[in-house]
Amino acid sequence: SVNPDLASERQTASFSVEKLTALLDGGTEQTRIRRAVVEAIESDPVFSRENQYFQTQNERYEAAVRKAVHLQKKMHEMGWTENGPEYKYIYRALSGDVAFLLHRVFMRSISVLGSDKQIAQWIPLATQHKLIGSYAQTELGHGTYLQGLETTAVFDTATQEFILNTPKISAMKWWPGDMGRSATHTVVFAQLYIHGKCYGIHPFIVQIRSLQDHSLCPGVIAGDIGPKMSFEHIDNGYLLLKNVRIPRENMLSKFCEVRPDGTYVRQGSQKINYFTMTTVRISLISDEVLTPLMKACTIAIRYSVVRRQSKLKPGEQEAKILDYQTQQEKLLPQLAAAYAFHFINDYLQELFNRGYREIQRKNFDMLPELHALSSGFKAVITQHCTAGVEICLRACGGHGYSLLSGLPSLYTKILASCIYEGENTILLLQTARFLIKCFMAADAGQPVPPSVTYLAAVKHGKCPAKNKLDFLSPDIYTEAYQHVAVRLTSSTAAKLQDLIQSGVKKHDAWNQCTVQLVQAAKVSKIYLLI
Amino acid sequence: AAAMSVNADLRRERAAATFQPELLTHILDGGPERTRRRKEIEALVLNDPDFQHEDLNFLSRSQRYEQAIRKSSLMVMKLREYGIADPEEIYWFKSFVHRGRPEPLDLHLGMFLPTLLTQATPEQQDRFFMPAWNLEIIGTYAQTEMGHGTHLRGLETTATYDPSTQEFILNSPTVTSIKWWPGGLGKTSNHAIVLAQLYTQGECKGLHAFIVPIRQLGTHEPLPGITVGDIGPKFGYDEMDNGYLKMDNFRIPRENMLMKYAQVEPDGTYVKPVSDKLTYGTMVFIRSLIVGDSARSLSRACTIAIRYSAVRHQSELKPGEPEPQILDYQTQQYKLFPLLATAYAFHFVGAYIKDTYHRISGDISTGDLSELPELHALTAGLKAFTSWTANAGIEECRMACGGHGYSRCSGIPDIYVTFTPSCTYEGENTVMMLQTARFLMKSYSQVTSGQQVTGMVSYLNDLSRQRIQPQHVAARAVTVRINDPSSLVEAYKSRAARLVESAAKNLQAELNHRKSKEDAWNRTSVDLVRASEAHCHYVIVKLFTAKLAEVSDAAVHAVLTDLCLLYALFGITRNAGDFLQAGILTSAQITQVNQRVKELLAVIRPNAVALVDSFDFHDVHLGSVLGRYDGNVYENMFEWAKKSPLNKTQVHESFHKHLKPMQAKL
Repeated sequence: SVNPDLASERQTASFSVEKLTALLDGGTEQTRIRRAVVEAIESDPVFSRENQYFQTQNERYEAAVRKAVHLQKKMHEMGWTENGPEYKYIYRALSGDVAFLLHRVFMRSISVLGSDKQIAQWIPLATQHKLIGSYAQTELGHGTYLQGLETTAVFDTATQEFILNTPKISAMKWWPGDMGRSATHTVVFAQLYIHGKCYGIHPFIVQIRSLQDHSLCPGVIAGDIGPKMSFEHIDNGYLLLKNVRIPRENMLSKFCEVRPDGTYVRQGSQKINYFTMTTVRISLISDEVLTPLMKACTIAIRYSVVRRQSKLKPGEQEAKILDYQTQQEKLLPQLAAAYAFHFINDYLQELFNRGYREIQRKNFDMLPELHALSSGFKAVITQHCTAGVEICLRACGGHGYSLLSGLPSLYTKILASCIYEGENTILLLQTARFLIKCFMAADAGQPVPPSVTYLAAVKHGKCPAKNKLDFLSPDIYTEAYQHVAVRLTSSTAAKLQDLIQSGVKKHDAWNQCTVQLVQAAKVSKIYLLI
Repeated sequence: AAAMSVNADLRRERAAATFQPELLTHILDGGPERTRRRKEIEALVLNDPDFQHEDLNFLSRSQRYEQAIRKSSLMVMKLREYGIADPEEIYWFKSFVHRGRPEPLDLHLGMFLPTLLTQATPEQQDRFFMPAWNLEIIGTYAQTEMGHGTHLRGLETTATYDPSTQEFILNSPTVTSIKWWPGGLGKTSNHAIVLAQLYTQGECKGLHAFIVPIRQLGTHEPLPGITVGDIGPKFGYDEMDNGYLKMDNFRIPRENMLMKYAQVEPDGTYVKPVSDKLTYGTMVFIRSLIVGDSARSLSRACTIAIRYSAVRHQSELKPGEPEPQILDYQTQQYKLFPLLATAYAFHFVGAYIKDTYHRISGDISTGDLSELPELHALTAGLKAFTSWTANAGIEECRMACGGHGYSRCSGIPDIYVTFTPSCTYEGENTVMMLQTARFLMKSYSQVTSGQQVTGMVSYLNDLSRQRIQPQHVAARAVTVRINDPSSLVEAYKSRAARLVESAAKNLQAELNHRKSKEDAWNRTSVDLVRASEAHCHYVIVKLFTAKLAEVSDAAVHAVLTDLCLLYALFGITRNAGDFLQAGILTSAQITQVNQRVKELLAVIRPNAVALVDSFDFHDVHLGSVLGRYDGNVYENMFEWAKKSPLNKTQVHESFHKHLKPMQAKL
């Protein structure tokens, strides 16, 4: 039976939990579908996570592969499809504890970056899992700064092939998921050279393992990069290429093509490609960032009403630790943040869907704003949620430290989100660049994108709140946040200009202001969030 | 890997330093002689083939436990063979053997033996000490239960005296009373000092300590009536068998209660201890160790992140120029240098507490305990303040290493998971902060009732004077000199005074509205924690500043002054609201402080690598590929990865088991 301390909490709630769940899910029908998926997955013993905390890295990896293979069967049985309404709940129900996630990224990059011919050639094979793909971008020496990647792909007109090489140790591909043990193919990002001239980073499909016996292909050295803070079930890998030759047709060529004679042709706009990277940042928020914070809040708050410690009043029973003000101060702001981020995420999804429709109509006007929003919100939300999960972990005292609390694994997983898909500080600086540009434009009376129109409306008034209840008025607190957002942006812009006018070079001035710029970017996003 | 030369970036950094790192190392160690001895012990351990083993990152938990036990047994023998007996030297030896990680005999050596020495009668020492010294008896200290930790009075294990057999009957009456967490309890120990509620003559006499055999000597099987085992995997502490212990009518002789102070006579008569202040001493000592550990753990993380940031090149600062070291980015400096300054600050605080403890414990034996309550209250807060800050700081260092920080080869994940439980053990941090707050409130009410207080809280005396002269604080605003550490100490002092006063007033307001003292306290506890933090912050700035006066070498003095200023000013930027609200600093001054912090980053930049070299962590002890002294990071990451368990075979068995059948079917 349910613990009486929890049961009593549920009786005193002032609202219908079911209604709020439906609101979070986006309607009762969505709730029904989600629960059906969760039920189907949780009742299937192959997907059991019961002993995962006792398993070694090897066992976790094998279980993830087993689950990924079983999932194909399960989807078929249940009639779930990749385009169906159930699909988005599968990963959540599995808690992401499944292999071949990069296989999906492999397929998406071919769909987005590949020509029609390439899509027709590769996607059916990948869909049927005849091959297992990965996505090899990050190197030992470079991550977020893509121009710095050092892998080379040299075009050989004589054989109509690209010759791929890892010219130095820092050029080794490092971190790509599914690449250490599972993948047979991968999309390698490399500097393209034709007749000695460098054309920058391009994607190439490279086979790395035999489709017969899974042994490494000639010239390929690949393996697992070793234990990490989490993701024991994923074989993040390294890849070293020595004169690996691939046919000319393996360069993904929707936007750029190398003709047989070595002529480099750029076709179409690559902007939609950037947009894809931008949307990935937004799409990860729900499963990788919000769900872990919601889980952590659930664990910590439930435990805090079950755990009784010390007495608040002499002679009474020991108090639930949730009744201590210090415990409330730790947990309730995290709970509020989880809701806030949920709603801003809904808003962003909607905004990006609209952006996608516009871009398909070849209207790229929204692109800089969407890029700035996705970078800024990705950084702010991942950072807050990571900190929030850690607070929940520590709020559970000693028992939070046991793996069985579930909190350590939530924490070690979510914290990776601060780095992947763009390191947060760098993303915030990208947002800041957009902000400063818009501020200058607004200052000069030019039009600015909708999310930053507030920059033009600089007010110098003081906060009109007279007593603590006034702060509950949305007008008052949103205006206060707006004021901070404008002030930090304008003062940083002024500082930048001062430095430049005093003779400091532009890039030096920028670096000298980066601490302030990061702060301004953060606050601009928090203002929008509020 | 073959011997490699030191990375060129690191060579340049070291050549450009303005001071001699060895001189700073001597200050951290407490003198050149201590440094020499530490390195001697380090060499003794690290050159000993018995203490070599495979990288622990690649071992299972069971294997890690076994390695730790193997090394611990050897360690005890070798310590005696080498005649190492000084507690600090033992600490060094142990820390080199276990590379900063916990080990299964920690509780035996750190709690069981010392408790016997301090709380056992001579007769009990005769019976238990030598067998324990010779490891025939391996003990642990079983205090925490599943249901209660820091709140000791809530512990539920019972020890009921039976005069007819002259025995205590030990019981775990509820699930929540099962002993849970004690290190070494799961698999290693055959005895435990158990804390239990003593019942005699039908009355509960509160918590007392009992020596309880739990496993059969020789076979190591649990004794009848004892259920004991490992509590399962944790965030870290893989090598430690944290355990559970359930006792069912388990009988021990009357003579097994530790009876140096409280006693139960054969007929069941209870004799009270003389003073309960004595137990404060041990707590103060252990908390001082945690403050030192905060400093060391943060220093290790800073060493790794700063060396790596000097070796890693990324992106561009100036168009057309080679990629700069990431340490040249202001945002990276802003993440790391305040933490570096914090690590130094905490080193000096740890040393201060240790010295004060040794001075006072001299007084304890001669009977003067007057300074103990303040030290006890102060160390509670400092333990919480330093462990919280270091905990967050280690994570910031890891984040500052980007993706590679997330790999276990960076060593920072391990430092973090090993360190983070110190926010909870030996007193949960929030509870510790509230203990300090209780002392602050007591001192405040003494001052308001006209008494003078002494020690670190003596600034509260000024508060009553300020009330008479309301202009005093406002006048102080313009006098803060942001380049003068002693002036910043005054600013922090004013902030602490203001926050203590404001918490006291809020507490009083709650008391005026409500009947219960406890309720009022709870409703003010967020303010109380803030007051304690401000007090601790002041103490740390004060101690760091005081340390500067002891440094004679001009170059070292200069670099430590930069760090001290950065520590103090960065703290102001992080708590600007307090300084503004209290009228200590003006808005214009806050802007100057923000600017000065950024200038200091540039000033410290050329010395950053030398400042972490001064911590003098041996590579083996540091346990980090990213933080290697020679900076050859990428080559060694590859070497390390090749040893990953997943790389044991070229084709993983999962291919044959799952992938191939799937591909055949589809």
